[in-house]
Amino acid sequence: MSLWVDKFRPKTLDDLHYHQSLSARLKSLAASADFPHMLFYGPSGAGKKTRISCTLRQLFGSGVEKLKIDQRVFISPSKRKLEINIVQSNFHIEITPSEAGNYDRVVIQDLLKEIAQTQQVDLNAKHRFKVVVINEADSLSRDAQAALRRTMEKYMSNMRIILCANSTSRLIAPIKSRCLLMRVAAPNPEEMQMVLEHVAKKLKFDLPEEASQQIAEDCGGNMRKALLVFEALKMQSPDLSGSLKIAKPDWETYCHKVADLIVQEQSPARILEVRAKLYELMTHCIPPTIILKTVAERVVERVDEAMKADIMHWAAFYETRMRLGNKKIYHLEAWVVKVMSLYKHFMYNFDMADFE
Amino acid sequence: MAFFQAKSTSTASKHSVDPAHQPWVEKYRPKTIDDVSAQEHTVAVLKKTLVSTNLPHMLFYGPPGTGKTSTILALARQLFGPDNFRNRVLELNASDERGISIVREKIKSFARQTPRAQAVASDGNVYPCPPYKIIILDEADSMTQDAQGALRRIMETYARITRFCLVCNYVTRIIEPLASRCSKFRFTPLDSTSTSSRLSYIASAENIDVDPEVISTLIETSGGDLRRSITYLQSASRLSSSTNPPVPITPHDIQEIAGVVPTASINDFVRTLGISVIEDMDVDGLPTKGKLKGFNAVQKKVKGIMREGYSASQTLSQLHDTIILHPTLPARQKAKCALAFAEADKALCDGADEELWVLEVGLRIHKAVTIS
Ligand SMILES: Nc1ncnc2c1ncn2[C@@H]1O[C@H](COP(=O)(O)OP(=O)(O)O)[C@@H](O)[C@H]1O
Ligand SMILES: [Mg+2]
Repeated sequence: MSLWVDKFRPKTLDDLHYHQSLSARLKSLAASADFPHMLFYGPSGAGKKTRISCTLRQLFGSGVEKLKIDQRVFISPSKRKLEINIVQSNFHIEITPSEAGNYDRVVIQDLLKEIAQTQQVDLNAKHRFKVVVINEADSLSRDAQAALRRTMEKYMSNMRIILCANSTSRLIAPIKSRCLLMRVAAPNPEEMQMVLEHVAKKLKFDLPEEASQQIAEDCGGNMRKALLVFEALKMQSPDLSGSLKIAKPDWETYCHKVADLIVQEQSPARILEVRAKLYELMTHCIPPTIILKTVAERVVERVDEAMKADIMHWAAFYETRMRLGNKKIYHLEAWVVKVMSLYKHFMYNFDMADFE
Repeated sequence: MAFFQAKSTSTASKHSVDPAHQPWVEKYRPKTIDDVSAQEHTVAVLKKTLVSTNLPHMLFYGPPGTGKTSTILALARQLFGPDNFRNRVLELNASDERGISIVREKIKSFARQTPRAQAVASDGNVYPCPPYKIIILDEADSMTQDAQGALRRIMETYARITRFCLVCNYVTRIIEPLASRCSKFRFTPLDSTSTSSRLSYIASAENIDVDPEVISTLIETSGGDLRRSITYLQSASRLSSSTNPPVPITPHDIQEIAGVVPTASINDFVRTLGISVIEDMDVDGLPTKGKLKGFNAVQKKVKGIMREGYSASQTLSQLHDTIILHPTLPARQKAKCALAFAEADKALCDGADEELWVLEVGLRIHKAVTIS
């Protein structure tokens, strides 16, 4: 039993529901002989990965769906052994550099060299090149990106690279200038509803307009999230009627609780309480940036207009510090203290103004 | 006989790319230094060295896509000709393993083979073929300081029989003792006239119709990086020729390929921040104050832009241009905005969250223009 997100994942470019013109472009590119290196970028859940696998299928046929997973060993410059899982078919290979940690450069270099130097053995292959898909390309280290530059130019004859990233900001210019950029925007609410209805139709049940509207609105352009929510809702209330309560993920509810704690009381004791909760979230592997953003967005919903900008300012400030620093919790905590102090000052001045 | 023929053609095709499918940046890489657009000063100096054949160690620096790699490759080819190129020129770049021990070994064994001059090349031309080898260290700024230090000694050891050419984007990342041994050549972003003529040349060689407006969009979006503008042009031509029937390339295609945020979206954002845009003024004849809607409006706009997938750096750079070049916004307010842009740029380089920083800049601008 696979989840709906996987079960109804489109397989070909024709199956894709939204961004038709993008699909058409990909289709014609795949048919032309000079398929370029590409960079797919856009928010998470917009459908980048799906679009990439549909493109691969368009390029090579259903053979790309026969995947095998290899464990490969790489040797770091300091002679450390790195074992990394590599997903591949006869026509393409997929890597997620974050698995290689600090040694992503070694892995990228070795793999690309190897692919660049081997010929396509399958004589029936539609294209002579193999495709290397690099997931989460925005987390590639600078070193690894530098290693890609000339390789992308030199080995064009038997290799194409497809990069997948949330944003292009963290990629160095020389890489961007070697790729065809493909922006995958998040689907709008109508487009999301269309996908949801398609799933309902496949499963032969009725999806009330209100329910699909509510899901689409709630998931802010994240199609993956919408499908997961949809499946969960259907389990809860099979007829999907009446007022639906879309349950937030636990961590989100928890973040909102933290925000409420901050707004309700500003005291050293409260800081300790909040800190314990932040730790709890982090031990559940919620990325600190997500924690900070979720809490901050909830806090600004609940305070006076005059404070909102400042609160977000400090969120941006401490999030940057967090990236540069080592101890995430310090910076989260610093933000909490800052917000409490802002709040107290604001309330105090407000009270004083009343007396004047 | 036929068997052998078939075989030989198939091996030949294995190693060379069909020129029709070659990326244009490779296909139109300058063959001689005369083909290099702009960079007049550098080209003039190098032409002299071509005559005297006395090459100093060199350091090429400048932004991407300005012709650094092409120039040194062309120069080397003109010095040695096609036959000797391989045994006289060693090209190492960041894609190769460049631990210093490996570099040393490679250079050692390469420099050891004594160069033999050969007057007439197989193509019938005579090449100067001076008695040294050229070692090109491309993308040298990604070498560690230690490696650069070691390189300095290697340069000294083999000074008699080798010339080094270091190529990099940032001259400041090259350690001083190494940089001071080289003649420095600065490559500047290509001016619009050179870019335009090179692009038009390529377009006519490829038999595609390109509107002057498309060329100017290419110039705007590539910021003097010729590699980028050529890639955009090729991508656009692929897309336009692969539709059935083929359609002409439009400036909008180029913007989409370049990841540019549509002007309308940027103007919309600017209005939300409380600044009226030129278009509004045209309509009313008088500058009208944009509608102010406060925090929630700004936050909503930012979320919308992020959802469309535009990158923060691109969005901010367009927003920056709109605001800094704004015809009526007071200088004091612009100055406040400029500070926010600078901070955001640094934060993004440090890997900070994109949404938070676009929002931060938006809110700062909003504040600057509403509270004076
Ligand atoms: N000054 C120039 N004249 C002609 N073509 C250029 C010039 N600069 C860049 N190009 C084009 O851009 C491509 C990349 O140039 P390259 O020399 O590799 O740039 P870089 O400065 O990054 O080393 C070349 O293949 C060529 O097509
Ligand atoms: Mg270069």
